[in-house]
Amino acid sequence: MAPVTLKKLVKSYGNVDVVHGIDLEVKDREFIALVGPSGCGKSTTLRMIAGLEDISGGIIEIGGKPVNDLPPRARNISMVFQSYALYPHMTVRENMGFSLKIGKVAQSEIDTRVNEAAAILDLEKYMDRRPSQLSGGQRQRVAMGRAIVRKPDVFLFDEPLSNLDAKLRTQVRTEIKRLHAKVQSTMIYVTHDQVEAMTLSDRIVIMRDGHIEQVGTPEEVFRRPATRFVAGFIGSPPMNLNEATVADGKLVFAGGQSLPLPIEFRNKVAAGDKLIFGLRPDDIYPTGHGLNSGEATDVHEMELPVAITEPLGNETLLFVTMAQREWVSRMLNPRPMGAGEMVRFSFDLSQAHLFSPETGKTLRG
Amino acid sequence: MKSVNLAGSLTNVMSATGHDMKFPKFSAPTLLLLPAIVVLAAVIVLPLLFSLYSSFTPFRLTKPESIWVFIGFRNYVSVLTNIEFWTAFGRTVLLLTVALNAEMFLGLGLAMLVNKATHGQRLLRTLMMFPMMFSPVLVGFQFKFLFNDNIGFVNNALQSLGLTTNAIPWLIDGNLALFSIIVAEVWSSTAVFAILILAGLLAMPQEPVEAARVDGCTPWQTFRYVTWPYLMPFAFIAMTIRSLDVARAYDIVKIMTDGGPAKRTELLWTLVGRTAYSDARMGLANAMAYISILLSILFTVYFFRKLAAARQQIGAEW
Repeated sequence: MAPVTLKKLVKSYGNVDVVHGIDLEVKDREFIALVGPSGCGKSTTLRMIAGLEDISGGIIEIGGKPVNDLPPRARNISMVFQSYALYPHMTVRENMGFSLKIGKVAQSEIDTRVNEAAAILDLEKYMDRRPSQLSGGQRQRVAMGRAIVRKPDVFLFDEPLSNLDAKLRTQVRTEIKRLHAKVQSTMIYVTHDQVEAMTLSDRIVIMRDGHIEQVGTPEEVFRRPATRFVAGFIGSPPMNLNEATVADGKLVFAGGQSLPLPIEFRNKVAAGDKLIFGLRPDDIYPTGHGLNSGEATDVHEMELPVAITEPLGNETLLFVTMAQREWVSRMLNPRPMGAGEMVRFSFDLSQAHLFSPETGKTLRG
Repeated sequence: MKSVNLAGSLTNVMSATGHDMKFPKFSAPTLLLLPAIVVLAAVIVLPLLFSLYSSFTPFRLTKPESIWVFIGFRNYVSVLTNIEFWTAFGRTVLLLTVALNAEMFLGLGLAMLVNKATHGQRLLRTLMMFPMMFSPVLVGFQFKFLFNDNIGFVNNALQSLGLTTNAIPWLIDGNLALFSIIVAEVWSSTAVFAILILAGLLAMPQEPVEAARVDGCTPWQTFRYVTWPYLMPFAFIAMTIRSLDVARAYDIVKIMTDGGPAKRTELLWTLVGRTAYSDARMGLANAMAYISILLSILFTVYFFRKLAAARQQIGAEW
């Protein structure tokens, strides 16, 4: 149980900086997800917290104490690896009890804690098997069990679900959430999958090229993305992002088609400004098939041809051509619709985002 | 497939024509294996049978007709009751044990060091294998020179460093001579262990090691509980190869001491060689050789068992 603080944390390999002085405060018992595309420095950051990578600059504090010079074993952390990293020559029981045995904990205590963890993770039947005799999901549960028995201050997860198939991934994801509710420890979770980050964490840290783009609750990063990158990264299918120019209280797109300027931004932009307009697929819908059809305050309607449809059962994704670009629309309570059909679409501009094309930052202020 | 069909049609042709010409009828598999069988028989099976037979005769190279005298197990009895043979046998086992253990520890250390090297690892690997590239006979000569009590490098160095004032009789004292041979063996063959263990280290996944570090292991504990179990199969492969090698040690010993002084470094195969060629008692030598081969087989079986167990331990998929 401990807060984790990163102060101006830097990692460089030779002359190449991969983490550029990031600051982050993880509160006690908080579940934080570090998310971003590959190469954004999230795993490196996690490995620095674990002590598996040297810190090139800045300070890491666990429980208020700097741990920069402590080896991993002195940091009282547990880590769950992407490849499970189980000890192949030990049984499940031995794997889970290994850290305690090394820590010279009494055998009776080891047994109690291992059995406890096995019960939490439903592993009792497999205790005498070796990792090679287990399925991927079982191995990952053993790896989590090995982390639990130590009762660490901080749990670190390094893409723990990447090697599992889709169905198992959702299952284990739920188990991790349940685990956090039970053990009440600080957890830092690295993933490239924004769905995992959204579903699991109290707060999300979105990283890109060694910088933090935004830190916020899942709700915040979804509703109010601070940058164009966050807007495009969070949410599936991704937000529609297109360049536009301000003129006459309108947003003019390539090819001359336009949308009215969203009310929220009217005082924040001037004529002639170039900017990036963003609108989620949920906020472009065939009139009457939207999420908040009744109560939306800033809606613009427009007739557009449908290029492609992707029915998903409870919803259908429509690919619409406007301003020489393809826009994705999400139709709820779908009705059958064919390609080429002209459809009246509602654009819910109260949900729109505007970003500066140079800095990528939101113009919301 | 094609060759089988070809062979099949060949047999057809043969059986079609062979009926008149009284050729034996071979099935396709037999026919295909025939060349290999013929070669193996000529090169291995017949000499083996001949040597086995000769071990039951008082065959001497100087009296060719003695090959026809059958004396049953008398050669074996005289070998098994011969104290000289058993001394050589014991000494070979001793050499095997000491040399293999020394080579394993040194090879392990070497492999771990090379594995740590961030630059020039390729070059180091090549350098490491240099001793293996020299002919054992030359290694023998080199160490014979190094350990020479008068003009040898070792004594010279020891005296220059002031560690001793006497000339140590490396190859003249019985115990020291065996020690010197072991040094030469270890020098020339530690690389076998180093290479195989390095292969293991390179193939080893890093995550379990990292997991162990996070789990609270000191570097030594990480090695002891995680790295070493993983490397064990590789060490046993090296053990198997080297045990066969050392059990038939001949060349280095022949050059350095020729079994001397006073037979204090006589090993199984130097004894066999001496009996066969110096004493010309081929029959007796063959009996010794057959018993010696048992030693090799025993060691191989032992190490293969260990290897299988170690492989199963780490759940190896190879």
